[in-house]
This record gives sequence, structure tokens and C-alpha cells, in this order.
Amino acid sequence: MNKRSSKKKLKDAGQGYLFMSPTLFVLALFIIGPILYAIFLSFNKVQLLGETSFEFVAFENFARIMEDNRALIALKNTAKYVLIVVPCQTILALILAATLNAGLKGEKFFRIVYFLPTLTSSAVLTLIFMWMYNKEGLINNLLEMIGLPGYNFLGDPDIALNAIMLMNIWATAPFFMVIYLAALQDIPDSLYEAAELDGANALQKFFYVTVPFLRPVTSFVVIMGLIGTFQLFDQSYIFSGGSGGPNNSTLTVVLLIYQYAFKSLGTMGYAAALAFALAIIILIATLIQRKFSKEESLY
Amino acid sequence: MNSRKKSFGKSLLYVILVLYAVTTLVPFLWALSSSFKTLEEIISGTMNFIPKNFTLANYQQIFVEQDLFPRWLLNSLIIAVIGTLLNIIFNSMAGYALARLSFPGKKALFIIILAVLMIPAQVTMIPNYLILKELGWLNSYQGMIVPSMINATFIFMMRQFFINFPKELEEAAQLDGLSRLGIFFKIVLPLAKPALAAQAIFVFMGFWNDFMRPLIVMTDTEMYTLPLGLNTFKGQFVSYWNYIMAASMVFTLPVLLLYAFFNRFFIKGISFTGGK
Repeated sequence: MNKRSSKKKLKDAGQGYLFMSPTLFVLALFIIGPILYAIFLSFNKVQLLGETSFEFVAFENFARIMEDNRALIALKNTAKYVLIVVPCQTILALILAATLNAGLKGEKFFRIVYFLPTLTSSAVLTLIFMWMYNKEGLINNLLEMIGLPGYNFLGDPDIALNAIMLMNIWATAPFFMVIYLAALQDIPDSLYEAAELDGANALQKFFYVTVPFLRPVTSFVVIMGLIGTFQLFDQSYIFSGGSGGPNNSTLTVVLLIYQYAFKSLGTMGYAAALAFALAIIILIATLIQRKFSKEESLY
Repeated sequence: MNSRKKSFGKSLLYVILVLYAVTTLVPFLWALSSSFKTLEEIISGTMNFIPKNFTLANYQQIFVEQDLFPRWLLNSLIIAVIGTLLNIIFNSMAGYALARLSFPGKKALFIIILAVLMIPAQVTMIPNYLILKELGWLNSYQGMIVPSMINATFIFMMRQFFINFPKELEEAAQLDGLSRLGIFFKIVLPLAKPALAAQAIFVFMGFWNDFMRPLIVMTDTEMYTLPLGLNTFKGQFVSYWNYIMAASMVFTLPVLLLYAFFNRFFIKGISFTGGK
């Protein structure tokens, strides 16, 4: 009896590993292994010429971040981008979801339309916007029509990052809108009915019933937003042709990591150190957000 | 009084909805219309959405004259289709094992998979490049497919799905003498279709729209995927926005078709990745 059950256990274990084998393979070779490898790289100077060679430099790569002017610029650009885009896209997503959820006719049509940017690749969206942002492009023409001055969206260092922000708020808000929409279905009607009995108008219902009820979802949306925005790359790369220009104004941390890793010689170890710094910044940002939303929910 | 107020509120909501729909549609319509315009009309900087001289020459140009464009399209298709199929099978297998089978180290593995979700891709991207280089997999399809043939998010999703999956069917099949793998492929997977569809759409979009990984793995223009190709188009045809927009439209079409067919799974998938 005992023997049989241990045999069965063995068989179960074998099946378990058989089912897990593709996952274990990829985890080991392309995720866990590389993480350890990245730690090693970040403490070394890496030369890729011919044979790959390593030279142990201890914390030099990490110390270098503080002295690297471009790293500070990239960090500043990324921080500005995160601080503006995350709140804007979250609020826009919430407003769109609440409006769509009001039970109007044609809701389905609007939902399909709103969803288009989520389906489209970042490369295509960036190209479409570059075409519209062009000096004699659609947006400048529209501004001229209503008597406003035009901008050099692509070439002016003061404008370029803002142009990317605007585009990405427009592109990501619908994705989070869908998450809000799903959560809105869970709000019990009785809450709204009670608020109505207390004489609340539509706006009051939104601020005193909908918004507090959605707080956990908002927390999730903000964390997802933080993780996504800190990793801005595609748009900056395409916008600036990989340089981060004009005048480093669209240089983001990930673009800088890419440049140091693959576009200049001997800086791959430094790029790995930067990547770890970014991972830690993202982790800290999400922890701070968590703490915030927990304290808020105490009220 | 009250009903007048209500209808005012309703009109206000409609105004918001319509305005935002216009904001969403204009860039796409403008890109679509530009793809049918002649170069003169593009350069002249007019604002008409209906082309003055409707032309298909831009599409002809990218498909016929640019011999690399069809190749990029093919590369993108091969990588996205094979990558998606492998993901569906492997993520489901892993999710099933984590939900149903018992083996030593299961808990630890589950925690590792959850932890992997938190690690930004930039950390692994540099070592992965070196590993692919060592394997000789740079500029190859497997270099794009194999490292992404599983996905922690969807392993997690499939685990949740299989935990709630009725056991009785499997037990009946077991009595009929089917092996575990047989049960999984013949009985469990066919019943998991909605979950698989949601997964398929998101994995496909992930491969199809990816820009950074092919940028690192594919350095040979022959092996470019479409997003990289589009980016080189931009450098090559600096002010030929008619070509660039035509190529962008071709690139967007497959995902739109997928969306049209699988619309309902889409919302399900997002609300799942939304932590539900």
C-alpha cells in the first residue's frame, strides 16, 4: 500500500516536471540565468571586441552614474514624464470609463473606437504622430486655423518631450479605461440609490461613491502606469532616431541603457548597472505608491 | 425641471463621448487618407481628409519596389504566429501543472514566476543579448521566439483558470486509461478555448508590436520585423509620409482583424490582466 502510494507520488512528480519543462528551460536560460549574469556584468567592465572579456571593477559602474551628466538628464526627463503622464492617463481613463458606463446608447460603438490606440503598435502610433506634429503637419495647420502660433514639435527641445507625453496619454488611457469599466460593473446599485435618497447629484455620486469604491483599482492602474512609464523607450527612440535629441530632451533612462549597451564600446557593464538602478527606482516608486494608497484607505 | 436637468446631463455626456471619439479617430483617419495621397499633395500641407487624387501607388511602391517590405511582413508573421502557438501550449501546460499536479518545489516555482513579473525587461536584455550571441541565435527567428515562448502573466492566468476547472471530466478520462498528456491535450485544452483565445490575442499583439527586442536581436535588415522596418523607412524616405503611412496601415491591419473577430475575448483578457 505504502509502496504503491510512493510510486504514485513519483509518477505525479515526473508528470509535474514534464508539464513544467518548457517553462523551466526558459526560466533558467533566459530569465534567472540572465539576472545573475546581469549582476556579474554590473561589477565588470565588458569588452565585446572579438572575444568577450571582463575586468572586475567593483562598484565603479554604480559610482559612475552620479558623475554622468547624461544619466542625470535621462533620469530628470523620465521623472518628469512619469509625474505628468501617470496622473493624466489615470484621470482620463476614469472619466472615460464613468462616461461610457452611464448607460447611454451607442456605448459599444464608442468602446470599440476608444480601443483603437491600444491595438496599434507604438512604432505606428509614433510615426502617425510625427507626421501630424510635422512643421507643416495637421496639428500646426489646425492651430493656425484657430489663430494660435505653431510649434516645432519635433525639433524644439522644450517641446519634444511634451509631444511624446501627449501622444502616450492619448494612447494608454483607453487600456486603463477598460480595467475601470470592468470594475464599475461591480459597484452595487444600492450604493447609488442610497446616495440619491440623500439628494446627491450626478457629480456628487461620482466623487463620493464611484471614486472611493474604485480606489483599489486606481492603485493597480497607477502601479501599472508607473512600471510602464518608467520604461519609456520605443517612442523616444523613433522620435529622435535613437539619439534622444534634440539636445537630449527625449533621452530616457531605457534609451540611455540601450545606447550604452549596444551603441558604444566598453560600456555594457555600466549599462547593466544603470538597468539595476532603474529596477530599484521602479520598485521604490511602487512601494511608495502602495504606502500612500494604504494610508488613504484608513479614512 | 428634473427631467430637463437629466437630459442636459445626458447631452453633456454625449458631447464628451463624441469629442473623445473624434480625438481618437482623427490620427487614424489622417494616416489612412495620407496613405492614398500623392507626394505632391502630402508636401503641399493641405488639411483635406479625402485625397484629391486618390492613388494606390504608395501601396504598390512598398510591396513591389521595396523588396524588403514583404520580407519584413513575413518575418513578423512567422515570429508572431509560432511564438503565440508555443506560448498557448507551454503557458497552459505550466498553469495546469501549478493548479493540478503535485511535485516537489511547486510552491517555490510559483513564487519565482510571480517574482519574474516584477523584473523590468531592461535588466535581462543585456545578458540575453550575450547569451543569444554565444548560441549564434542573433539574427534568427529562434532568437526572438525561444526566450519569449513562455509568459509569466499568462502562466498565472492559466493557473487561476484551471483551479476552477471541474475535475470530474479528467477523472472519467483517467478511468478510460488516458495518460496525463492525453487528458490535457484531448480533454482539458479544448474546454479551455475562451481562456486560450484571450491569451492568444495578447501574446500575438506582444510579438507583433514589439520594438525593443527585435531592435537588439535583429541587426541584419533581411531579418527585421515590421516595426524595425517602419523605423528604417522613416530614415530612408524622410518626407515621403505617403509611403510611411501606407506601410503603417498594412502593419496595423492584422491586429484590427484579430480584434474584429475576437472582440469579446479582448475585454475578458484585459479585465483579467487587470488583476481580476
